[in-house]
Amino acid sequence: MIDYLTRHPEKIINPLLQHIQLVAVTLVLSILLVAALTLLSLNRPRLSNALHQVLSVVYSIPSLALFAVLIPVTGLGTVTAVIVLTAYNQYLLLRSFTTGLREVESSVVEAARGIGMTEGQILTRVQIPLAKRALFAGVRLAVVSTICIGTIAASINAGGLGALLFDGLRTMNIAKILWGSLLSAGLAISVNALLKLAEERMGRT
Amino acid sequence: MTAIEYRKVCKQFTGSRAYALQSVSASIEEGEFITILGSSGCGKTTLLKMTNRLYEPDSGEILLFGEHIGDKDPVELRRGVGYVIQQVGLFPHLTVEENIGMMPGLLKWDRERIAVRVTELLTLVGLEPERFRGRYPSQLSGGQQQRIGLALALALDPKVMLLDEPFGAIDAITRLNLQNELLRIHGGLGKTFLFVTHDINEAFKLGNRVMIMNEGRLLQFDTPKNIVQRPADPFVETLIRSAREQETFWEAVT
Repeated sequence: MIDYLTRHPEKIINPLLQHIQLVAVTLVLSILLVAALTLLSLNRPRLSNALHQVLSVVYSIPSLALFAVLIPVTGLGTVTAVIVLTAYNQYLLLRSFTTGLREVESSVVEAARGIGMTEGQILTRVQIPLAKRALFAGVRLAVVSTICIGTIAASINAGGLGALLFDGLRTMNIAKILWGSLLSAGLAISVNALLKLAEERMGRT
Repeated sequence: MTAIEYRKVCKQFTGSRAYALQSVSASIEEGEFITILGSSGCGKTTLLKMTNRLYEPDSGEILLFGEHIGDKDPVELRRGVGYVIQQVGLFPHLTVEENIGMMPGLLKWDRERIAVRVTELLTLVGLEPERFRGRYPSQLSGGQQQRIGLALALALDPKVMLLDEPFGAIDAITRLNLQNELLRIHGGLGKTFLFVTHDINEAFKLGNRVMIMNEGRLLQFDTPKNIVQRPADPFVETLIRSAREQETFWEAVT
């Protein structure tokens, strides 16, 4: 295994970097989209409910099936992968963003409104700072889930650690299989641990 | 000058058949200390929250210094009307200074002016500025938190102050102190205070006039003395009798 790494380092490093890139792009898009959805639905309970319903249905579709559905539209490759992964994240993120913001004590929000803060100011100065832990926990969950589901994106030619894994399986190359699974699991676990640490730090201030 | 005028204000909450407010009319002069007395659900808080447009009336009008509040931008309106609630509602993630300085900061006062204002207000509400400005709300007692709540509401120097049972969750001794301080603050500022309470002693002690409400109706609005001497309604009579009974209970004990 170590032998394989020293002989073909680029065959392991490249998929890893590709994977991280896929996760990063997905994350940025996911957060932008969910921010818009949250703002739109936060004070509209019916819209909020409908969105949660729809997104939970999307979330329950197996990833392979969702990839397959999109291939005729956006083709094979990274674009399709990013769309699917972003769609999955919306459920996780919207749920945690909405509950996080709603859990901010209503008396504080009412007091803020009562002293003449605008809704925007209440959101940025009061609700988001007070909900930041919950928001961050949602992001952590989304990142880890993207890392994991991202391995399946290799099946539609989006590369990443999944490609290493699938290649290894097809050719029965044990080193590739091991590197693929170790790195994808390792990436998920270490990113989760890092973000959790950051989250706890954040709570203390 | 008339500070606040209610004209036939009605309100019914969706899903409830009873009126939260039924044609309430009253006129309050500038500089008065008005208390609104009633049990929970009588509409006193609803009336208060309409005064800064946290609620809107179904019909009727509310005038603030002669202007219809319905024509004003709610945010602008609230900046000119102080608001204090029972749960205090301080921002837990900000220090005392940042809490009091929130609105001045949003209105782009410079830092020095905010610091001066915070010192001024902390002194006014009886807290040593240098000891308290850096603390967080969780490091304060209930009474101290409510003093900060008062300072926060006074930050923009509003002409009218709305206080919704501000001492409701505070122990009896602290409460007495706060009541006296509030009278002192009111006396020094010349502002109009509107103070909601369900405690008859508090209402009659603080208010130069008292509004007595029940089931969405304003039953009597007069000075404490006139109310006691000439109760306008059987409910008011019962209220006064119950307060008297409590008094005789205390006399019997001592």
